[in-house]
Amino acid sequence: MSTTSASSHGESRSRGKAPAGERLADWADGRLGIYSLAKANLRKIFPDHWSFMLGEVALYSFIIIILTGVYLTLFFHPSMNEVEYHGSYVPLQGQLMSEAFASTLDISFDVRGGLLIRQIHHWAALVFLAAMFVHMMRVFFTGAFRKPREVNWLFGFLLFVLGMFTGFTGYSLPDDLLSGTGVRFMEGAILSVPIVGTYLSFFLFGGEFPGGDFVARFYSVHILLLPGIMLGLVVAHLILVFYHKHTQFAGPGRTNKNVVGMPLMPVYMAKAGGFFFLVFGVISAIAALVQINPIWAMGPYRPDQVSTGAQPDWYMGFSEGLIRAMPGWEINFAGHTLVLGVFIPLVIFPLVLVAIAAYPFIEAWVTGDKREHHIADRPRNAPTRTAVGVAWITWYVVMLIGGGNDLFATHFHLSINAVTWFVRIAFFVAPVIAFIVTKRICLGLQRRDKDKVLHGRETGIIKRLPHGEFIEVHEPLSQEQLYSLTAHEQHAPAELGPTVDENGVERKIKRKDKLRAKLSKGYFGEDGQIAKPTVEEYKEITSGHGHH
Amino acid sequence: MSSHEIPEENLPAAQAADDHEHRSVAVADEKHPFADPGLPPHEHRIQDIDERAARRSERTVALLFTVSMLATIGFIASFVAIGVDENVYVWPFGHTNALNMALGLTLGLALFCIGAGAVHWARTLMSDVEIADERHAIEAAPEVKAKVMADFKQGAGESQIGRRKLIRNTMLGALAMVPLSGIVLLRDLGPLPEEKLRHTLWSKGKLLVNMNTNEPLKASDVAVGSLTFAMPEGLEEHDEDFQKEIAKAALMIVRIQPDNIKDKQELEWSHEGIVAYSKICTHVGCPISLYEQQTHHVLCPCHQSTFDLSDGGRVIFGPAGHALPQLRITVNDEGYLEALGDFAEPVGPAFWERG
Repeated sequence: MSTTSASSHGESRSRGKAPAGERLADWADGRLGIYSLAKANLRKIFPDHWSFMLGEVALYSFIIIILTGVYLTLFFHPSMNEVEYHGSYVPLQGQLMSEAFASTLDISFDVRGGLLIRQIHHWAALVFLAAMFVHMMRVFFTGAFRKPREVNWLFGFLLFVLGMFTGFTGYSLPDDLLSGTGVRFMEGAILSVPIVGTYLSFFLFGGEFPGGDFVARFYSVHILLLPGIMLGLVVAHLILVFYHKHTQFAGPGRTNKNVVGMPLMPVYMAKAGGFFFLVFGVISAIAALVQINPIWAMGPYRPDQVSTGAQPDWYMGFSEGLIRAMPGWEINFAGHTLVLGVFIPLVIFPLVLVAIAAYPFIEAWVTGDKREHHIADRPRNAPTRTAVGVAWITWYVVMLIGGGNDLFATHFHLSINAVTWFVRIAFFVAPVIAFIVTKRICLGLQRRDKDKVLHGRETGIIKRLPHGEFIEVHEPLSQEQLYSLTAHEQHAPAELGPTVDENGVERKIKRKDKLRAKLSKGYFGEDGQIAKPTVEEYKEITSGHGHH
Repeated sequence: MSSHEIPEENLPAAQAADDHEHRSVAVADEKHPFADPGLPPHEHRIQDIDERAARRSERTVALLFTVSMLATIGFIASFVAIGVDENVYVWPFGHTNALNMALGLTLGLALFCIGAGAVHWARTLMSDVEIADERHAIEAAPEVKAKVMADFKQGAGESQIGRRKLIRNTMLGALAMVPLSGIVLLRDLGPLPEEKLRHTLWSKGKLLVNMNTNEPLKASDVAVGSLTFAMPEGLEEHDEDFQKEIAKAALMIVRIQPDNIKDKQELEWSHEGIVAYSKICTHVGCPISLYEQQTHHVLCPCHQSTFDLSDGGRVIFGPAGHALPQLRITVNDEGYLEALGDFAEPVGPAFWERG
């Protein structure tokens, strides 16, 4: 024993003991089993691509929100008791306001650094939702939601939805004129629910609007319930990212069976860890320079007061657009009112989100693909999916425009009625146009890729031939490029099979199967993709010393 | 477009690579016409081969970390030195709170420099050799699955849950019922609606109080084309339920030439062209505040519902579903405006029981 330990540890260590760090790790391993965990993850490989950072931005802004949010709870009073303001913001002195509003003023004007943390918190929330949105689009357009990642797609989607509601309950807390107007809108929307709406509203607000309860209730939802669920989902999301290993784009040496990149330790510890500080630093600088939600300029909430240009935070804008564009339909019957003008938008609001969340499962059904996919698609190589995604974004943006129809009218000197009518029509038409245009663009890009593979890259070198003709010299692609451009898979559309069975009896084809075959044709039929260049085509063109 | 008729040796690639690249293209299979050439060889960075460049990178990283330390000192100094209410003019941001700006910029710099230092370190000094890791199928091998199924069957069998239906069913019943207690507990979140949304503070004889002056409104003070907001007498800002009551009782008072009033009932419910309408939008309850005196239209700034106050508060544009409720008013012996009763219908957004 003693001789082996002396020889293996050498003279550099005093008294033959392992260094403190190692002893600590040994202690932890004996209780937590950290060595097995580290064995699998310390040198875990992550591929590199700029678009893989988007999810990181979301993660880091979430951490920033939690850190700053905890600080804000130390000073914020979630109470609607009316108090007279005597703080240092002179224009509001002597005014009646809720304690929530007064304590937000104190955070902004009397707590040193309070305004900064408030602004970081709010800016980080906007960045968080934006980053989740863009990250979700990256995953969508590269097909990274396919098996085995469908569950993680749903976790991410839930995070986005919960993030929206955490944001809404958060910006409603200061009880200022703008956010109170938003809460009133929510109350009106709840009232529109048939049969139970009035009861829901009374239970939520503890009686008639605005009552004296909603700030305290929103507070516990905003700081405990929703973030608690979200934290769990974030952890699950990350565990699955580790477990599945990250997707990568096709390229030389990058296959569906490996992951090529750099190890977590040290490269991604430094890069990702450093990126957290970059995100935090940039958001701090924004919070230092760009004011956000100046509640003192809006004043405390009064249900009989309002200002023009009232807008929710951006991620709620599309629901605002729905409610603004919807015609005011109301049906009265048997002593009851069906408030379709508000209830229909309230129903479409979650459906818009569910539409994108459900897409991976629809695509899996159409393609019938049960294999694991770890190679991220280039969006052009999945034209139908890309077109669906762009159509959805277009839909979303149309609703956002609707949510700001007053601002579009005043900034571009348009009639508010015209903007609203544009939104009403574009809600139905714009996604269809976007779908068609996107699909054409994708097919065009596929043709261009094929052209590049077969004829090489345009060099821009113009050459004059002996007989006077001018031609452009094309440079053949390298093997790496040829492989990357043709690595994607192409499927044949699903066939319905014969319409009669082996006995000549007409086979009943279920409507579901017909629909599936039709969709499959749209995905993989003639109009769905450009056939990849084949070996023969390439050989024919490149044989004979470049004559073709 | 095409490069026909060019001798191949004139192609740039052919010139550069001596025809090597073009010819060596390996052909793989039907699905992948071009074979995977494998990971390209690692390209060395300048820091990998030149120790002086590596030392430059080291100094850059150290400098960034040092700047971060200085910025943190700057943060603490700003916190101590700058008053919480000091304002400065900074182009192009205008007048801004000095402490907020100083704290935010120093904090931002301190954080950013840590990040920039770490990323620069990773990019220039840490190994950038790409490594390939194998992936393994997520789904378990068949024998693992078989073992799990067998274990599950054994466990379920040992519990006898399949055999003893009485236990199973009563357990499911108990588990299904126990959450009911939680739902019942939510009952006291609020009172029942009853008729609360149908009534406001207005009643016969209540004076209309100007919200700006807090004085009762005289008919003679309301000019044609003006817009006045009013509340019922007796309602005070300090009242405990002020917010709740004003959310229903707030009024818009306008005076229209009686000839211009198109709706017969509106004219009857007015006093010499002075009409009182609920200020609360019938869409989702925003207060309406934009009045166009030439057309007698009012617009809700939240969702742009537009109402015609000369035509019974009819909706002429936007998402509102029904007309604004009008309050029947008259004038008392001393010339003050007073209500002739409550609104005839509920004010504000529509709801299921509204009818």
